[in-house]
Amino acid sequence: MPLVTTLQALRAVRTDRQAVLTTMSAAREWMRLQPPVVHPLDLIYAPSAMGQLPAYGLGLALAQPDKQIIIFNGDGCMLMNLGVLTSITAAAPPNYVLIVIDNGVYEVTGHQLTVASPNARRGAGVDWPTVARGCGFQSVFSFSELADWQAQLPEVLAARGPTFVCARVQPMPGGEVPKSPAYPPDRIAAFAKAMQRSV
Amino acid sequence: MIAGTVLAEMLREMGITHVVWLPDSTLGQWETALDSAAEFKLIRVAREAEAWAVASGLFLGGARPLVIMQCTGLFDSGDSLRNATIDYELPLFAIIGQRNGFNPEVRDSARDYAEPLLRAWGLSYRTIARPDQLSELSTHYKACQATRRPGAILLVEGGA
Repeated sequence: MPLVTTLQALRAVRTDRQAVLTTMSAAREWMRLQPPVVHPLDLIYAPSAMGQLPAYGLGLALAQPDKQIIIFNGDGCMLMNLGVLTSITAAAPPNYVLIVIDNGVYEVTGHQLTVASPNARRGAGVDWPTVARGCGFQSVFSFSELADWQAQLPEVLAARGPTFVCARVQPMPGGEVPKSPAYPPDRIAAFAKAMQRSV
Repeated sequence: MIAGTVLAEMLREMGITHVVWLPDSTLGQWETALDSAAEFKLIRVAREAEAWAVASGLFLGGARPLVIMQCTGLFDSGDSLRNATIDYELPLFAIIGQRNGFNPEVRDSARDYAEPLLRAWGLSYRTIARPDQLSELSTHYKACQATRRPGAILLVEGGA
């Protein structure tokens, strides 16, 4: 399914109790969604430490249990730090939703194949739902059709977390590295202020 | 060795809300005390680099986290630590165990590179080698928080 409409579907239903954390291609496209509205609970994780966004989300979910934390992570990012899946399920915040954007490539650096890409393995790629269940996630979803994602999104967001979602999307041609939309320390301080505000 | 109950009491006084850790054999002796403390939660991670990111999220959410790991974990932490404390200027604080710090006769690069790495990453640190120095933890933590700098305590250890 297309990345942009996958993100658009979430943005159409997100509320002021939901923080949305994005990285890599999801961050780039989240900033480009139309109309261009920056929500105070949006965290564009750029600059990033690749693989660490789910852990940021875990800390936020534990500190702010009344807000739902929704994380869009890349499959390459997920592979870089798979162990965090067990850290998440050990702490088990019910307000945590991890969505892995699975396109099989490092899109922002020029579409090189990830080690888990079906094209790099001459066969099936990683079975993310099985990995998630094996690491202890109870609420697990997988989507490869946009209509299914759009239809079941309310169920995904209502499930008791921690929730894992695999979203199989097509790589976008000409993908580039997302840039921080403002000075990172100022931006993250504003995000923290918004996170700590009651809604 | 600092008793876990003594450390837990100090963390309570410091207002720590979460301890994010991956222990070694020295730090691990604190597990029971840290896990049973009512005033803060013990968060276990699978890899030390994660600890800084979890602590970052906690801090952004208004909590007061403390990271605990061995210096080998500090070596693993590089990019995550850089991103949190330099890119985003988050004043995270950690206790870092210096493996074989009490055993200078043992050849151990982990011991030797602990302090250079703390300096390289810009972590203001103090060293604790004896239980009667524990107050330095609270003093240095408060100083770092007041000036919004990342900081650490280097805890001298015996073996691994």
